[in-house]
Amino acid sequence: MAIWVGDDTRLLVQGITGNEGAFHARGCRDYGTRVVAGVTPGKGGQEVDGIPVFDSVAEARDKTGCNASVIFVPPPFAADAVMEAAAAGVELVVCITEGVPVNDMLKVKAFLAGSNTRLIGPNCPGLISPGKAKVGIMPGHIHRPGRIGVVSRSGTLTYEAVWQLSNAGLGQSTCVGIGGDPVNGTSFIDVLAAFAEDDDTAGVVLIGEIGGSAEEEAAAWIERHYERPVVGFIAGRTAPPGRRMGHAGAIISGGTGTAAAKMEALRAAGVTVVESPAEIGSTMARVLRR
Amino acid sequence: MKIHEYQAKEILRRYGVPTPRGEVTDDPAAARRICESFGGRCVVKAQIHAGGRGKGGGVKLAASPAEAEEIAGRILGMQLVTPQTGPGGQTVRKVLIEEAVAIAEELYLAITLDRGRARPMIMASRAGGMDIEEVAAKDPQAIVRQHFDPFLGLLPFQARAVASGLGLRGTTARQAQKLLLSLARAYVETDASLAEINPLLVTAAGDVVALDAKMNFDGNALFRHPDIVAMRDLAEENPLEVEAGTYGLSYIKLDGSIGCMVNGAGLAMATMDIIKLHGGEPANFLDVGGSASQEAVKNAFRILVSDPAVKAVLINIFGGIARTDRIARGVVGALAELGEVKLPVVARLEGTNVEEGRRILEASDFDFIVARHMADAAQKVVTAAGGGA
Repeated sequence: MAIWVGDDTRLLVQGITGNEGAFHARGCRDYGTRVVAGVTPGKGGQEVDGIPVFDSVAEARDKTGCNASVIFVPPPFAADAVMEAAAAGVELVVCITEGVPVNDMLKVKAFLAGSNTRLIGPNCPGLISPGKAKVGIMPGHIHRPGRIGVVSRSGTLTYEAVWQLSNAGLGQSTCVGIGGDPVNGTSFIDVLAAFAEDDDTAGVVLIGEIGGSAEEEAAAWIERHYERPVVGFIAGRTAPPGRRMGHAGAIISGGTGTAAAKMEALRAAGVTVVESPAEIGSTMARVLRR
Repeated sequence: MKIHEYQAKEILRRYGVPTPRGEVTDDPAAARRICESFGGRCVVKAQIHAGGRGKGGGVKLAASPAEAEEIAGRILGMQLVTPQTGPGGQTVRKVLIEEAVAIAEELYLAITLDRGRARPMIMASRAGGMDIEEVAAKDPQAIVRQHFDPFLGLLPFQARAVASGLGLRGTTARQAQKLLLSLARAYVETDASLAEINPLLVTAAGDVVALDAKMNFDGNALFRHPDIVAMRDLAEENPLEVEAGTYGLSYIKLDGSIGCMVNGAGLAMATMDIIKLHGGEPANFLDVGGSASQEAVKNAFRILVSDPAVKAVLINIFGGIARTDRIARGVVGALAELGEVKLPVVARLEGTNVEEGRRILEASDFDFIVARHMADAAQKVVTAAGGGA
């Protein structure tokens, strides 16, 4: 088992005729994901590496039965692409695009309320269920099938953690990058709740960073609802307040969103918090042996 | 993106927010003239991006045009040190000359994003002039909060609730409601991330006026606001950060001695953290982008080494889609192109083909200190920089 993506994923790539879209459509397919369609408005009827391109998501859904979409559309048009996919009934929408305006995301959130679509991202690497399906831009080969769930606001730091887990002999059930923006579609809690329902996820690695209070909320949820082991790391202990550290959401403002507060909240909830990003894999191995 | 007070007031006036009459200048003689036109009494306000200007001596009342000229002459060109500038301060290049207003009461008013609820939120308090964080810490009950739907806009009943929460009555309350609606519209329509009026003044006559104004904007939305982009003042920003931006690199200058170059923002923060954990101090945050191309590495390196505080450099790159051997060739190529680099450079590459990547680094003409994992890299770079920072 795994969460949200697996053997039954039928993937649509929005923005498939762009460089990024075409490159990662191939990457997902090479990993073994069934990539059934692409969409670029105005380019319907073309093919990208044998993948049929449609003018609209509705048409792609109708013709191919796609049930997940990954978006590589430039920032000014990304929100529209998400809403188009949701309107067509696509169950899972993963927005890789970095640079989506906050107000556009507020529109998307309002549009998605009451729909059955789950949005992951934006500004995220996507998600992968190793050995089953990859929906995103992460390097598939560093992952191993297994029983650890990974949820993170970061990209390469997640790869680092996955690499450590794989090298420690700990495979992963699903790894979800929820993205580095201040407003996103799927929260830590959404992912943790899905892992809690998944009998094949034996423990979770949670990677947070400065800014906002999503980690504190996750900690409160873990304390009440999650019984299996959780190892946590928070990036940005050395970040100065008031500065945006690369990710749009990684900023300590008005004394809130510090790494120290997040680490303390997680510890208080029983999470094993590692001080060093080099010890994520070894710590999970140790915690599982207990 | 940040702008100056005088620019924020320009924007807010367009939306109908009342402000004192004012004019910006970089010339003391003009300050005298402007002060005269306001009837001979005025306030001279240093225009820098940092807050706390009054505490640093950057805001002064002038009782006559001659005094306005004298004060403007003193403030212009000064290194203004405030709690937000750092010890070096910030050079004042412009002053705002404003009419003096009789103050009856000072309130606090701001709109910002509540990330958790994905809604803009008004925060208001009767403790004007104070930091809202201070108020929040001392007396959280004293803050009036009101969320609103950005697409419906702030609704009149919500504006009334804020005004009454502030204890305002009569025409003052009605003026405050109108100001709130204007401020909310300005916040949403300009894609602001912060619109703050501190203090919001109630005059002796009971009118409300924005005595100060601060606006920050969502950098991701600037593509649809060329007028706001035109307000950017590069002189207020760190020159290395500005240069990095022109290369598409995300760089933030810090106070330590260990320069770091990392691919990805999360890993870059984690690298700073592990340096500190091993007793060093990072000199910067730098994200060279996920793929860490030769061009990006070269530009990043040039910026890193132009910071005189840097004693050693740590390159920490996780080769994802781009294989480690290719990244290693890029790093070697970038250093070859740059010519002489005298600083010790610790390189830690990880990911696919990592053995080949390390071999390329070790075989190159440049004397890399090759590290095997993150902790090893941190240890080595702290030693190379001369122990603790």
